[in-house]
Amino acid sequence: MSVLGINEQKHASKPSWSWLRGATGPLIGLIGLCLFLSLATDTFLSTRNGLNILDQITVLGIMSVGMTFVILIGGIDLSVGSVLALSMMVMGWTANVAGLPLGVGIVFGLAASAASGLLVGLMVTMFRVPAFIATLAMMSAARGVANMITDGQQIVGFPDWFMMLAIDRHFGALTATVFLMLVVLVVAWAFLQLRAEGRMLYAVGGNQEVARLAGINVARVTIAVYVCCAMLAGLAGIVLAARLDSVQPSSGFGYELDTIAAVVIGGTSLSGGAGGIGGTLIGVLIIGVLRNGLNLLNVSPFIQQVIIGVVIVLAVGAETVRRKRR
Amino acid sequence: MREPVLSLKGISKRYGPVPVLKDVSFDIYAGEVVALLGENGAGKSTLSGIIAGSRSPSEGSMTWLGQPYAPANPAEAIDKGVVLIHQELQLLPELSVAENVFIGRWPMKNGVVDRAQMVRRAQEQLARLNLHIPATRKVAGLSTAHQQLIEIAKALALNARLLILDEPTAALGGAETEALFEQVRKLRAEGVGIIYISHRMEEIRKITDRIIVLRDGEKVQEFADSAIPVRTIVESMVGRSLERMFPSLPEPQPKTMLEVEKLTSAEDAFRDVSFSVKAGEILGIAGLVGAGRTELVRAISGADPVASGSVKLDGEVLALKSPADAIARGIVMVPEDRKEQGLVVAHGIGENLVYANLDRFASRWLTPSAKRAFADKAIAAFGVKGRGEQPASDLSGGNQQKVVIAKWLMRDPKVVVLDEPTRGIDVGARAGIYDIIVNLARRGVAVIVVSSDLEEVLGVSNRILVLAQGNQAGILSREEANDVSVMELATL
Repeated sequence: MSVLGINEQKHASKPSWSWLRGATGPLIGLIGLCLFLSLATDTFLSTRNGLNILDQITVLGIMSVGMTFVILIGGIDLSVGSVLALSMMVMGWTANVAGLPLGVGIVFGLAASAASGLLVGLMVTMFRVPAFIATLAMMSAARGVANMITDGQQIVGFPDWFMMLAIDRHFGALTATVFLMLVVLVVAWAFLQLRAEGRMLYAVGGNQEVARLAGINVARVTIAVYVCCAMLAGLAGIVLAARLDSVQPSSGFGYELDTIAAVVIGGTSLSGGAGGIGGTLIGVLIIGVLRNGLNLLNVSPFIQQVIIGVVIVLAVGAETVRRKRR
Repeated sequence: MREPVLSLKGISKRYGPVPVLKDVSFDIYAGEVVALLGENGAGKSTLSGIIAGSRSPSEGSMTWLGQPYAPANPAEAIDKGVVLIHQELQLLPELSVAENVFIGRWPMKNGVVDRAQMVRRAQEQLARLNLHIPATRKVAGLSTAHQQLIEIAKALALNARLLILDEPTAALGGAETEALFEQVRKLRAEGVGIIYISHRMEEIRKITDRIIVLRDGEKVQEFADSAIPVRTIVESMVGRSLERMFPSLPEPQPKTMLEVEKLTSAEDAFRDVSFSVKAGEILGIAGLVGAGRTELVRAISGADPVASGSVKLDGEVLALKSPADAIARGIVMVPEDRKEQGLVVAHGIGENLVYANLDRFASRWLTPSAKRAFADKAIAAFGVKGRGEQPASDLSGGNQQKVVIAKWLMRDPKVVVLDEPTRGIDVGARAGIYDIIVNLARRGVAVIVVSSDLEEVLGVSNRILVLAQGNQAGILSREEANDVSVMELATL
């Protein structure tokens, strides 16, 4: 009787924190950061600024979900920034040059990004190209195609409703794009935690051979993950287009690094098999809050880059030390 | 009166409040091979870690060549001449043999690595071990046995006077083991002291001079002579007398479950193998390392490709392109390498149980409670000592193996293939695995057991298929099979 009681208590106390597994350190960091900025500036702690931060992290947030999938299976995707540009250029060209409805442009944009993800997935699985190389190649190729579409020119002028997706605050709070990001996060979380297909990612990342021998189609999971990551990068491109009300082929340059940083700060292991969406959300928030706060403090963008570098090392280092102690 | 090279006095070690070693004392002399025996968890690795400087004792002291000896780290122990050779080899495959031998201690001349000297000295050590390979070739591609000898050469290059060999033969075949023993005997004659850790009783009786038995962290017995019955040794290890190691086998059912015809590997690991397994029958597969046993059962389980031949289940020909195909038809495998193929060791026990059964959850939500219910059922059914959320790495080898078996048995398979089911599992826990195997047969499952442990194959099999260099050497009935008849076929 008493033994059972103890067991149940342990079971019961577990789930409420389990979504944060491995990310409690970053969460403490995030809270500390928010406390510091609330004291150091007059403007940080306000609903308005909070909503601003949410607006600012939509692109990073959506991309980081895809990157979490890729890193969970032990892969890496360097092409997300370029795929973002490709997606927005295809959308812009379809709508403004070919003259089709913008909705069709969005679909084409997403299809183009899915195609590049499929290509990466095939390279990684069929031809055994290391993910680093395959996505490095795609990073270059997708950027090239994005530039070819308009010969490097930007496209401006979309319907008003499109721009309003990133401006109009529904219920006085959330823009459609922020809402989209939250939906993506919740769906991805539920998928990873509660669906068999989601658990496959952990199995594959934990040990590919174990997963294969357990009857999991590792190649299919891998391809699906790269397609998913590329499509989320494409979706982020469309969100960015709405925010900027224009598309240009140089968009998203260097975003892959911010994205990887957010995922890693959030405690997802680069060797695969450990981590999750909860941590990634915290990683994204840390980067978003840090950028926002440093701007409020009038810190130069160059110093901001240095600070973000330091934060990555601190976050990952602290987590590693903590795990060793345990 | 000769002096011991190493002596331990009252060594104890606690992790927190948990004692893992209690007041262990013994001496090791130059030029002797001492077996360190005990079940997993008896404290062997902690003790060898203390001797080799990777752990420090909570109490007690050691002397080395008459001097107080308390190494703070492995480097200090190595400097003194105490080298531990781990079960998992620690060579860098892409570097040359010579470089591996001198890694971290490269001979220098004028501020640069003196390659000529390095190669020459490495070659000398290899020659000392009768290993005739060029020291300039890279390690990748060498057999496990050769790699093992290179590890020993590495230790010798460091002027080791005490070697600790941790299960050196775990991955070696009969002939390779014999070759290793020859070198061990030679080192003994040269005055090197050797502590030999192994689970294989036959080897211990063959190679060691003395036996020290640990149980629950205590030295329970010291046999001054290794020529004593295996049963006596095992009984002192487990602390109870063994009635019988193997449960009695049930009578196979008349129905043929699995039929393999002229199966040939796509990688030429085996050729034209034909056999059948009845429902409720246990077929053992024996052979030396490299005979193609693992490759054969991997092919039957869909893990490796085949060039020709057929696999029939229940009279129906199967096209097995992946493990998923085999699993869907009811053929499951417990692979030989538990930690690399059977389990994601960093993940929870429950997670691991679920991984093999994800298709059953395909259209459902895998809620924490559903997962826990599934895991608890499997854990209870197979007597795994652990909780679902504990990482698999926390478990002992025997319990890990139970998890690997349990994850498959939740699916009610028709054919269960077990490749080296008790490798690295201590004697006490093996009996539990044998019970599971025999119970499978009782339930009408066709079982295939691959093992390098001859006693094990003989003990659990209704019939034994012997492979020799990829060819089918013969199938022996239980009555015909004994260690001599099997070895005769295996060495054909």
